[in-house]
Order: sequence, then structure tokens, then C-alpha cells
Amino acid sequence: MTDQQAQNKIKTEEYFINMGPQHPAAHGVLRLILTIDGEIIKNVEPDLGYIHRSIEKMCERDSYQQIVHLTDRMDYLSSHINNEAVCLTVEKGLEIEVSDRVKVIRTIIDELTRIASHCLWWGVMGMDLGALTSYFYAFRDREMINDIFEETCGARLTMNYNVPGGLMFDIHPNFVKRTKDFITHFKTKIPEYDRLLTGNVIFQKRTKGVGILTKEDAISFGVSGPTARASGFSSDVRKHHPYSAYDRVNFKEILFTEGDTFARYQVRMMELWESISIIEQLIDNIPEGETKAATKAVIKLPKGEFYQRVETARGELGVYINSTGNKNPYRVKFRSPGFSNLSVLNHISKDVLIGDLVATMASFDFVIPDIDR
Amino acid sequence: MNFTQMIIPLNITKTISDWIYSIMPETAASYTIMVIIAVAYLALFAVAGLYLVLLERKVAAWFQLRIGPNRVGPWGLLQTMADALKLVSKELTSTIKIDKFLYNLAPYFVIVSALMAMAVFPFSEQFQAFDINIGVFFLIAISSIGVIGILLAGWSSNNKYALIGAMRSGLQTISYELSVGLSILTMVLLTGTLQLSEIIEAQRTGGWLILQGHVPSIIAFMIFMVAGTAETNRAPFDLVEAESELGAGFHTEYSGMKFAYFFLAEFINMFIISSIAVVLFFGGWLSPFGITENIAWFPQVFWFLIKVLGLIFLMMWFRWTFPRLRVDQLLTLEWKYLLPLNLMNIVLMAIVIWLNWTI
Repeated sequence: MTDQQAQNKIKTEEYFINMGPQHPAAHGVLRLILTIDGEIIKNVEPDLGYIHRSIEKMCERDSYQQIVHLTDRMDYLSSHINNEAVCLTVEKGLEIEVSDRVKVIRTIIDELTRIASHCLWWGVMGMDLGALTSYFYAFRDREMINDIFEETCGARLTMNYNVPGGLMFDIHPNFVKRTKDFITHFKTKIPEYDRLLTGNVIFQKRTKGVGILTKEDAISFGVSGPTARASGFSSDVRKHHPYSAYDRVNFKEILFTEGDTFARYQVRMMELWESISIIEQLIDNIPEGETKAATKAVIKLPKGEFYQRVETARGELGVYINSTGNKNPYRVKFRSPGFSNLSVLNHISKDVLIGDLVATMASFDFVIPDIDR
Repeated sequence: MNFTQMIIPLNITKTISDWIYSIMPETAASYTIMVIIAVAYLALFAVAGLYLVLLERKVAAWFQLRIGPNRVGPWGLLQTMADALKLVSKELTSTIKIDKFLYNLAPYFVIVSALMAMAVFPFSEQFQAFDINIGVFFLIAISSIGVIGILLAGWSSNNKYALIGAMRSGLQTISYELSVGLSILTMVLLTGTLQLSEIIEAQRTGGWLILQGHVPSIIAFMIFMVAGTAETNRAPFDLVEAESELGAGFHTEYSGMKFAYFFLAEFINMFIISSIAVVLFFGGWLSPFGITENIAWFPQVFWFLIKVLGLIFLMMWFRWTFPRLRVDQLLTLEWKYLLPLNLMNIVLMAIVIWLNWTI
């Protein structure tokens, strides 16, 4: 009997299994309907909508100042960057030029947010692969960033520090010192991260060659952020369309060509160093100036369409505002990185084991409220 | 050893046994004593299991920059007792479409097989319930019954996660059983006996077996620890209950005390694997270099427990440091690396013994 005949004779039935909406690997209420043959995944169908809050529709109801606060709740790990995206769009529409001080402070906090987000991702990546200790290491360091935020912005997670035209208030007197302290501390901790996870044989076996995303696929599915850069797609908005103070700092865009889970892991780990370098370049020379440009109490954007893109920790966030000249926008659309990145999941997780899917998902760094909005 | 100077608990047991024999006919008395010993062991290992859970939580906390349980009792010593009480008092919930008989049977398979293995352990020269001449064989046989319980649990739960977990457990245990068995066999070559007390006795003069058999012994020890960790379904081989993939794996549908049986069995199994390793490689209850050999009152069980706890700490260290293997890598490791290495190691050990190279 040939192999083909044997396969025809012994036939197994495919079955489906729900991964989520309450599942430890999903980090939120994402439901994946997996079609499985034994342990081999045949199809992955994401089912969204479990945390849909219709933020885009709510934006049509609210004034421009209020919209900023809604965006915190989309990608809660990069809330400051989301706020900034909306503020930049509104500023573009009003043609306000914010002061250098605002630009620099925004950039520093952006990068701190990115480090905090990557820290959490690193901890959770280890946890998904069964190494629970990484989670606590990462949270120790993330806590320091949250403390800095708490002092300056008044909140630890949903910061609401940006307003159209600048910042809500000036930085706390301790901000510079504490940020420097954190950078010094964190520089000694990244090698520790590497020792715990990166160099581990099991970790490398679990991630190398798993969930390979080619550059062509990354571009055609609209993948962005570290996920795309791991496939060699140069897509860093900070580099290609600089906003805030990114045009005055030197940093590398981390590019890998392997496109596997380990490459995505490495991109994020190296981005930590790049973020540190950006903060170091800016922290010592925050220019003096106004922290808020004068805006009217009721902001009315001129009639037209406005679009601004920023680089969050997960990829490219686009904010599209269609205004009819009223105090409310006519239509708001967010192009969230998570949604586009999720769309490629089925394409790259065919015929892999469940464990591989978990590793791939971990390396994509999904934040479910960002996918669903 | 001078029996008059023996430690007090053994005198108590002697008094009790004399008393039982004096009030009952001989057959009834011997059965009563067996039951009493069994109950005493049961209580002992339930408590030992609970404290291993506490140790695991403390060790995990030390690895993870935390303090660990510290609210119930001094240093959290009563924490797991409180947890066990909570689990005992909980309602046993189950789903409708389960296979009731098998579902209820499964946890007992797991816990009973774990407890049965305890019967043959030589905690000290006198403290051994059941010194049979096929002790090692009995241990391997008993400890592989547990997997039936896991398979039953996964099958009868009527839950896909549980089923995948159980199937993984089946293939994992069957694969790694080979390595456990073969590495034990390597050491049996050296001792020439399967009786646990004699294996320890062989180490009194010649030094611990891991030194006696040098290179092949060390290889056997490493293989045994890897395969033993896999046998107990602990990280990095905890695919059976890989929480990021399968929720809770085979015990997803269990609650209350039935869940606690699975949980406790894992820790007792860890104790078993460590105990086998201590007996086979580290001289059981013998003190290192015979430092307490001449101190009659010194409890030999101290050395046994210290060594076992050392190895248990090693296994906890694995768990809180390593990521989990994937299911195909698990099988690759066993069939492509450990098994051939093990077979070669046996031959090597045979050559070492044949040429009289043992220390």
C-alpha cells in the first residue's frame, strides 16, 4: 500500500475548537475558531466584536477635546501615542504649530510608552511559551515607567496628557531625573531579559522558523510595526513621515528579513535599545517654551478631510477625521495596527501545531481593544 | 545499631503493635496494623503534598521577585491547609455530558497510584513500610498507572481541551517511561539488585552510586531527571495542562476536591521521582561521607528528606525558568536523543562493570 492509499484509508475527522473569548492565550476577549486535525491547525477564523464599544461612532457625538480621551481605551498600552495621533490631526486641521517643548516632551513620553508596552509584551510572550518568570521581571521595570507617568500625567495607564494644541500641563519637576534613573536602571535589565529568555534553547526552538511571514504577504495584508519590520518591510512611520520631534533624533529602524517569530521577538528587543537612545538624546535638552498653544474653547475644524499617522508600539495608527465645519466631526476612522496584523494570522498559521499558533500570536503582540475598538 | 537507643517514635510504634497483638488474634492484628500504617502514610503524604505546594509557591515567589504566601499562619505556613479546606468544602460541579463513572474514577487512579508508590520508599533503615525484593520494578510499574487516570479524565470530561491534554499526556508518559526505565536499569546493572534497601546498603561502603559509576552514572542521572520531569508532567514538559494552549488541559472540568487530587498527585509524583533519584544516585538515607554514621540518635530520615528536597528544588527551578516545549519537540527529544543515548549508556555501564572500572 502506498502512502497515499494509507492516508485515504485511515481518515481522521477535523473538528473545531474555540480559542477564546475567555482563553489564557488571547490576552483579552478575542475568539479564534480553530479547525483542527489532531493537533494540526487547518484554519484560523478570528471572531471579533466581544469588546466593541463603537468608539468611532461615539467620536461623532463628542467634541474634539473629548475624542482624545476615548482613544485611550483603544490600544491601552500606547494610550499616549493614540492621544497624540488625534491631537496631531486636529492641530493639522487648525494649522496650529505646537512649541518645541511640547514636541520633545511628547516624543519622550511616546518612547517611554513604547518601552512599557514592549516590556509587557516581553513578559507575556514568555508566559505564553510557558516561562512564567519573565512576566514578573517585565512588570518590575514597567512599574517604574508607570510611576513616572503617574507623577507627570496623573494616571498610570490611560494618561490623557495630550490636548489639541499641546499638553494638559507642564512636566513634573522630577520627570527628567526619574526618567534618567529609569534609563540607567533599564540598561542593566535588558541583558537580564536576554539571559532569561532570548538565549534559551527551548525558546529559540519554539520561535525560530515558526509563523513565517514573507515581505510580500506583510505588504499585501497591510501589516505594520515591528511585525512588518521583522519581515524586512521598512514601515516605520517615525522614520518615513516624522512627526513631533522624531526628525531631530538619530535612531535606527530595526529590520530583519527572516519574518519568523524569533525575528519579531528580536525586532522588539532591539527597539527597546533604540527607544532608550531616543530618550537619551532628548531628555537633557528639553527646550523652554509654552506647553499649550492657544486654542478656542470650542474647536471647530474647517470643512475637509484630515489624516495623520503615528507609530504605536504595535504598528501604524492612522486617524482620519472628516469635518463639515461643526464642533463635532462628521466621521472618524481609526486605522488600528492590530486589526490589520490580525488579518494575516490565518494565512501564516496553516498546518502548524497549536503551540506554534500561540507563539505566533504572542509575537504579534495583539491588544484586543485595539482590534475591536 | 543499638536498638535500645532508637529514636522515640519507633518505640511508640512498637508499643502500639504490641498492644494490638495482645488484644486481638494474630491474623486480625496484622491486618489492623496494615490498615493503621496505610492510614498513617496517607495522612503523612497528604500533608507532605500540601507543604510541597507551599514550597513551590515560595520558590516561585523567590524566582519572581515576590514574597509568596505570607498571610495565613506564620510565613504562610497554613496557607495550603486553608486552600485544601476550601477545596474540600467546595461543591463538586460537573457538566451534563460527561461519562459519570469514568469521570469520578479518574482522580482516584491518579492519587492512589501516587500514594501506593510511597509504600516502598526507604526513608531510613527502619522506616520503610514494604521492603520487597522488586522495589524498583514496583515503583516503575505503579508510577505509570497514573497516566490511565489522566487519560480517563480527559476522555470522560467530554471536552476538547481535556481530550487534547489527555492524549498529549498519554504519548508523553509512554515515551518518557522508556527513558526512566532504562536509566534506572543502568543503575541496577551496577547494584545487581532491585531491592531498595539493598541498593542503599551497596552505597554504604563504595560511596554513592553516582560516584561509583562515574561517567555513565552521571549521564543516567541527567537522563533520569529530564525524563522524570516529563513523567510528572511538569514544566518544561507541562504540555498536558499548557494553560496558554489548552486552558487547564485534562482537569479543565474538575472542581473542588477532585481537582485537588490531581493537583496533589503532581506534587507527590515529584516527590516520588526525587526519591527514586536519591535512592539510586545519592545514597538514600546514608549521610554524606558517613558524618552521622556513628551518632545513634541522629535521624537518618533527615538526610533522605534533605536530598529529596534538594532535587525537588531542582525540578522547581526547571519549572520557573524554562519555556515549554512543543509537542513534536517533546517526542524528538525522547526518541531521537534520550533513548539512543540511554541505550549507549547501558552498554557503557556494562563495559565499565565488566572491566571493573567502578570506583
